[in-house]
Amino acid sequence: MSKKQHYTITVNGKEEEFLAEPRELLIYTLRERLNITGPHIGCETSHCGACTVTIDGKSVKACTMFVAQADGKDVTTIEGIGGPDNLHPLQNAFKEHHGLQCGYCTPGMITRATKFLEENPNPTEEEIRFGMAGNICRCTGYQNIVKSIQAAAAEMSAVREAAE
Amino acid sequence: MIPAAFEYYRPKDMAGVLSILEEHGDDARVMAGGHSLIPMMKLRMADVGHLIDLQDVEGMSEIDISGNTIRIGAMVTQHDIIDHHALSAAAPILREAALQIADPQVRYMGTVGGNVANGDPGNDMPGLMQCLDATFHLTGPDGEHTVAARDFYEAAYMTAREDDQVLTAVSMPKPAGGHAYEKQKRKIGDYATAAAAALIVKDGFTCASASIAMTNLSDTPVYSEAAGAALVGTSVDDAAVGAAVAAMLGDIDPTEDNRGPIAFKKHVAGVILRRAIERAWSRA
Repeated sequence: MSKKQHYTITVNGKEEEFLAEPRELLIYTLRERLNITGPHIGCETSHCGACTVTIDGKSVKACTMFVAQADGKDVTTIEGIGGPDNLHPLQNAFKEHHGLQCGYCTPGMITRATKFLEENPNPTEEEIRFGMAGNICRCTGYQNIVKSIQAAAAEMSAVREAAE
Repeated sequence: MIPAAFEYYRPKDMAGVLSILEEHGDDARVMAGGHSLIPMMKLRMADVGHLIDLQDVEGMSEIDISGNTIRIGAMVTQHDIIDHHALSAAAPILREAALQIADPQVRYMGTVGGNVANGDPGNDMPGLMQCLDATFHLTGPDGEHTVAARDFYEAAYMTAREDDQVLTAVSMPKPAGGHAYEKQKRKIGDYATAAAAALIVKDGFTCASASIAMTNLSDTPVYSEAAGAALVGTSVDDAAVGAAVAAMLGDIDPTEDNRGPIAFKKHVAGVILRRAIERAWSRA
């Protein structure tokens, strides 16, 4: 029981190899083992979405996945979406439209929003609210979060059209 | 939150799953998306010595629509159901219900098989499957068995599935008529205070057949044959809907919890069923 196992996970394009017990929750692997602290621990009960990462093209709450399940997978966190010198359009829109107050939910919000806009590049306000329903903001600033996602969607469509 | 330690397995085929189940008996559990089991393991309310992850097992992620029969593999997720156009066309009630389960992140992971096999009275798919008169496909050491969804649930977390069996798929006849899945919940991600699945077939101006099932209003899903029968032969007018609601209230057995006292739950069940019948009838 509880012997450490060898795991290989690609995080933000970098292959990470380590030993861990299968029961380790992926959020702890990311934050404490790999020092990738963008995904946050909010509720730790699959409700709040602060720990959202993208795994093989799905938005996943990293508090509700064992590291063993993620073995061999491709994980993207907020760090892999953009950084201070190359902000993703969503990060820029959240900054411009005051899409955050305390900022605790923001990495999960933006990570979820990248996947949401991939699936629905031109969403209505209602679709944004439904597609982002797995992420909770306790500053209750949803209005500006929706506005930020709308602005990023418009910006990303303009860039796509310019490229075509 | 740190769950108790366990041995983890990720077999590639069903033979591998069955041999681990045979070796470890009820100390082993299969896991699909894990979004019911992992929270229980984190709370240490579920103690699993040997955890069998089904994600690599072939042949359980298909949606197959042929002729009058729909077959959905146990590893098909709620997100897959929402995203599958042919399935939405063939059985729109499945998509309507899946959209009301949990939240987007959970729907990428949560599966049909996990939802129906877990036996949690709060899960939406069991009642839906009873409404659709679905059949559950179980594989065990002595081959494949089928059990009707309406016969599968015995009590909370107690089902007709044996410890050495795995639920591999659900199948159902392509539903006819109008449909509705109506759910009252306190917030996104919550289980239903009350939910109703309704399928109604119309012949001219009268109801030819009706199938009604309720969720989270007893320790099992409740297929209310009497509620359906109260609609058949009527024009689904106010009196008929009232009779169906009264019949349903006779079949459910809610308990008091943080979603409210029994009287409130019965009230909400009536409101929800009325809405479900009216919507299904308007689409019939």
